[in-house]
This record gives sequence, C-alpha cells and structure tokens, in this order.
Amino acid sequence: MLARAVTFALVGLEPRRVEVEAHLQGGTPSLTIVGLADRACQEARQRVRSGILSAELEFPGGHVTVNLAPAELKKEGSGFDLPIALALLAASHQLPRDRLAEHASCGELALDGRLRRVGGVLAVAEGARRAELDRIICPYEACAEAALAGVEPVGMRHLADAVAYLRGELEAPEYVVGNGKPRRRPLDLADVRGQERGRRALELAAAGRHNLLLGGPPGTGKTMLARRLPGILPPLEEEQALEVTRIHSVAGLVDPDHPLIGYAPFRAPHHSASTAAIVGGGPRLRPGEASLAHRGVLLLDELAEFQRPALEALRQPLEDGELVVARAAGSVRFPARFQLVGTMNLCPCGARGDPGAQCSCSAQRLARYRDKLSRALLDRFDLVVTIPRARALELQGGPGERSDPVRSRVVAARLRLEETAPKRTSAADELLTRAVERLPLSGRGRAKVAGVSRTIAALADSDAVLPQHVAEALAYRAPSELATP
Amino acid sequence: MRVLRRRELPPLLRAIHDPPARLYLRGNGDVTLLAEPAVAIVGARACSPYGAQVARMLGRELAGAGVVVVSGLARGIDGEAHRGALETDGHTVAVLGCGIDRDYPAAHTMLARSIGERSLIMSEYEAGVEPAPWRFPARNRIIAGLCAVTVVVEARERSGALITADFALEEGREVFAVPGEITSALSKGVNALLRLGATPLTGAADVLESLGIQSPPNRTVEGNPLLDLLPATADELVQKTGLGVGEVIAVLAELDVAGLASEGDGIYRRLA
Repeated sequence: MLARAVTFALVGLEPRRVEVEAHLQGGTPSLTIVGLADRACQEARQRVRSGILSAELEFPGGHVTVNLAPAELKKEGSGFDLPIALALLAASHQLPRDRLAEHASCGELALDGRLRRVGGVLAVAEGARRAELDRIICPYEACAEAALAGVEPVGMRHLADAVAYLRGELEAPEYVVGNGKPRRRPLDLADVRGQERGRRALELAAAGRHNLLLGGPPGTGKTMLARRLPGILPPLEEEQALEVTRIHSVAGLVDPDHPLIGYAPFRAPHHSASTAAIVGGGPRLRPGEASLAHRGVLLLDELAEFQRPALEALRQPLEDGELVVARAAGSVRFPARFQLVGTMNLCPCGARGDPGAQCSCSAQRLARYRDKLSRALLDRFDLVVTIPRARALELQGGPGERSDPVRSRVVAARLRLEETAPKRTSAADELLTRAVERLPLSGRGRAKVAGVSRTIAALADSDAVLPQHVAEALAYRAPSELATP
Repeated sequence: MRVLRRRELPPLLRAIHDPPARLYLRGNGDVTLLAEPAVAIVGARACSPYGAQVARMLGRELAGAGVVVVSGLARGIDGEAHRGALETDGHTVAVLGCGIDRDYPAAHTMLARSIGERSLIMSEYEAGVEPAPWRFPARNRIIAGLCAVTVVVEARERSGALITADFALEEGREVFAVPGEITSALSKGVNALLRLGATPLTGAADVLESLGIQSPPNRTVEGNPLLDLLPATADELVQKTGLGVGEVIAVLAELDVAGLASEGDGIYRRLA
C-alpha cells in the first residue's frame, strides 16, 4: 500500500516541494526513513510512532518505508513529522488518500500526539501556494503565519484532529490574524536628555537610511541612542513586511499571535558572536543576525570588540543588500539590506574623550583597537559622531523630544527623497570642492557627504541642497584619528 | 638621495658639539631650505587631543610665516607638527632615527611621502639601518641642532622630547615650552622645563618674535560669535546660543573647513 503527503523543505528561504511517500509491506514491524533526512528528521520515527498511538490510531504492522523525494535534497528539522504520520495513516487506510493529496502539511509531533510549531511555516505555505495547493495543515499556533502566504491554513492542535478533519468529521477552526505592530512599544527618544548632536545624527540616519557610528567614552548614552533608532523608523510596506517575516519565520522567531512583522526589526548581537551567527550559515543554513535585521537595524554595540572576520563579512551585505552563503552543495541567498549602527569607545580603556579621566592606552594598543575597523568598513559609515560626556546641566534638563514627531519628520523626508531628491546649488558645490581640497576626503567620502547633505536638505524641507547642508554633512565624516591608519 | 658631508652641513648644525659625519637626504626639497630659519616642534607620541591641536596649529602658523618646521616623524606631536606645516605652502623637515630609506613608524608612510614631495627627509644613517631605541636620542641632537628654536608641546618626565630640549639648551638655543595642566602626566615634562627657565609659549607669534620675523597679519575672522565660545561640544553651543543643532553643526563644520576650529573627541577647539 502506498500513500503520499506533500510538504516543503527549505533551502535557505526557498521552499522546495517534497513528496512524503509511505509504503507498507508485510514482515517484521519496522519503520525506515530514506531520502537524505538529517538527525532531527530521522528521529521522527519515534515521535510518529508515539504520536499515532497517543491519537488512538493504529500504527501499521509490518515493514514501513518512508521516502522523502526528491532524494538528493537534504531534509532538515522536525517539520516532517506531520506529513510522515499522515502519509502512514493514509497508506494504512485510516484516512482518505485523495483528500490528503489536496493539502500540504508541516509540523512537529509531540509524544502525546499534539502538534508543535516549527520554524519556516510561512515559507512552506508560500511553497504550497506556488504548487497550487490551497490548504496547509499546520499546528494551530502557526495558522496566522501560514495565512500570510495566501493559502487557507488548517490549524490543528492534535494529530487526531488532523485525521478527523481529513476524514471530513471536523471543520478547520477559526484563527486570528495579527495587526503587524510590535508587541512591545519601542523605546522612546524622550528618555534621552541632552545629546542634541547624537539625536540629530539619529534622525538623519533614520531619514536617509545612513549607517551610523557613535563613538565616545563609556556611559555617555551611545547605546541608549542607538536602541531608539527603530522607534523613529517608518513602518514597513507590505511587501517588505512579508520579506522580513519570512526570514524571522525560518529562524523560528515570529510571534504566533502577530506573525506579520510590519515594523523595522532591530537586532543587537553580542560582540562575542561568530561570523556564522552574524552572516548566517552553519550546518543548517540559518539566516544570521544580518539577515534578521533585513529592512531594519543591525546594532553592533562595542564594534571594536567584534571579531574582525565577522565585521569584514558584513561588507558584502552592506554593498549588495544580500548575503550569499556558499556551501559545497550550492549557495544560498539571504536578503540582508539593513542599516548598520555601531558604537565604540575611542580607545580600549575608554577614557579618551572624557575630560575627567586620563587615557592609559599605549599607542600600539590604540592602533590595534582601531585596526579592528578596516578602512573599508569604516568607509561604509555615512555618519560618524563622537558623543562627549554630557555635563550635569544637560542631565538636569527636562525630557527630550518624543519619538513620534521625529518619526513624522523622518517619513516626510523619506517621501521627499523618493520623489525629487534635492540638488546642490552652485554655492553648495563650491563648498564641497573646497572641503575636498582642504580636508582628507576620498572620492567615496565626497559621495557620502553629498548623500548626507541631501538627507539634511530633505529634513529641512528644502528644494535644493544649500551650503549649510553640505557644511553640516561635513561634520559627520570620520574623524582623522580614525581615518588615518 | 643626496649626501651632505660634514663641511656641507648647515652652519647651525655644524656648530654643535657632535655634528654628524654625514647626512643623507631624500625628497624634492632644495638643500638651501636648510639655510632658512628653522624651528623644532617636538613632544609626546601618545599626546592628548589638546597637544595635537597645538602642534598642528604651531606647525601651520610657523610654516605659513616662512619658517621651516623640523620634527622627527614620530606619532603624536611630531606628526601633527608636520601635518600642520603641510597645510600651508611652507616647508617641513623630518629627521629619522633609522636608515634614510625607511619610513618609521610605518603608520606615517603617507605623511613621509607628502613631506618628500615638497621638502626634505634626512637621517645620519645610511640605507638599511634598523630603528633602535638608542638611535632616537642621537637623532634628537640633529633636530635640536638644525634649529635656532625648539618648542616642546607635551612631554612626560624623562621623555625623548626633553632630551631634544636638553641638547638645545646645551647648545644655547632658545627653548619654548607649551604650558600644560599641572595634573596631567603629559605636562610633567614641559612644566619642569618651564620651572627650569624655559620660555612659556603663548602663541606662534612668540617664536616668530624670537626669530626676528614679523608675524603675518592675523587672518580676519568674520566675527563668528561661536568662535568665542570654544572650546565646547556641539551640545553646549546649542544650549548657550539657542540655535538649532543642525545650524550649530553646520557653522562648526564651516569653521573647520576654513581652518579656524577643529574637532577632537567631540570637543571643538579654536585654532586661530
């Protein structure tokens, strides 16, 4: 007896159709899974057996072979439990085979037969839609996520329910679709007192999608500022939200009740993160932090403490907006169009830039610290700002401007930049030329200043880039002690 | 590369107690520039932002007034003095403590190239000689020897810059010291010099006066009120003036481009 269930395996973020075939033969009772299944997938044998028995269904006697086709595609994870169980049950005539063939399915089985969520349901559901399967049987908690793909989710809590549904004894239950808003309120800029220059840089970064490097002694609020960037970014457009959700879904990070991520994501990996953790990869080819920050913000706090290979690996996504993780078996693309925000002390001991402390770093130590940042990476930061220690006077002041009005300005500036980007007047051009002659400013540096000055003009709601806009942009270039090796 | 024999050395250098037997030169500068009035600017390698600003300002203003700025191509004060001089159309001379073919420290390769394009790099050591700790004091006697005036910007106790100053004093040359905070280790050396009777330096004009050179008329600052509030951070200026933060930053950047102010670790300082 033979039966088939359909599911999808993920290669990176791409769903590939997998036919789960179950074949029953006589002989000694046993269950074999073939078709390049990884460890988690092989362990499905035990879960499926217990799950079927717990659902008070009959585990077929005799020798059972489960084949995951195409055989050369690597199958990973526990999402194959449900299709394997359903194919087995169909092969042993416990549910109608033709009805099973109309559904895609995915989900992990608990030993008591309940269905557990797995990562990547959105991508699997998208695969189902492309394969013109209208329905996907999935764990109930993954319903809202599967629905985003435009297929009808059949959310089930237990294997027995799924079987009852396929037998036509049970309707697909209702589910709730989330609103795409973050569950927690983003941090508000009102908490930041003083730091006018830092706030200004943050607003510019948000408006122009510029990469931002904040330097300064410890405790001056660099990280505090950086964490408030997501709060002043505009919400994502629908297409972007789906992209982001797909990546987070594969990483198993979506909120079951509000799966759609309609806001700019924020990722802040610790500086001990490995290269694979940041750019993605590893044996299971998972998206890394850089991809999870797609369409959002990647904060590298204490930038100079990161391993240099991890930092250098970021140059490709900063340039191309995607990461290509190459493996012997082929390469996988993960989108990674993020905004990079870095914070760093000005020296390893942290005292530089603090008038009340004496720096004890040797020249070699300082050079080694700054060498972490190659020119190439430093060049990717459009805005470099040193945040000096705030004076007591500033800290006594009232709360700063709230995030909401700042975000409105950011949205308006982005609109202006998209419609007709402001052009430099001749006076502004002249200032830029003069600056290039007088300051150590490379070709790329000049282009960055030009870009930032456009953002400044757009934020000022100006039709043209005026000299004062260029002048302000010049103030955000990398300081010479960082720029000169 | 050119070689100066002892009798071809500039007179001031030939007059010291222990002049070098020969001096190797490279760079596009003419040898006659060694006959021009010269000032040595020396100081700590690990200098403070303040020291770096002062060294750069002195380098620029002295070279702008036609004085040759001599220093040792080291990190910190030396490098800043050279850079300041290169910002004008004046001359600056680097004296190496290693073979004439080496750029030491390697981080200053580009700086050495810029100096060589216009002025001179010199050493008493032939090509291939490695830098060694004991060669730097010997190099310092040449720096002091070339110049009628030596300026020490920042120096710790028992530092190389003080050795240069000692050589200068032994030869009866003028030594200026830039006063520093008495609490800072970087000021210990200069303040000790001042206590011993070195002349406190209050501006490039002091040096020019001792050389008998008329200081060029002060550049007219277009009465920018922000300049009078420096040194300050951008935020402090926003608070003091009530101007918008973007506006303040724009003005500061324009002052920077005009060479009137510059930023170090978030604090803007006046240069002129």
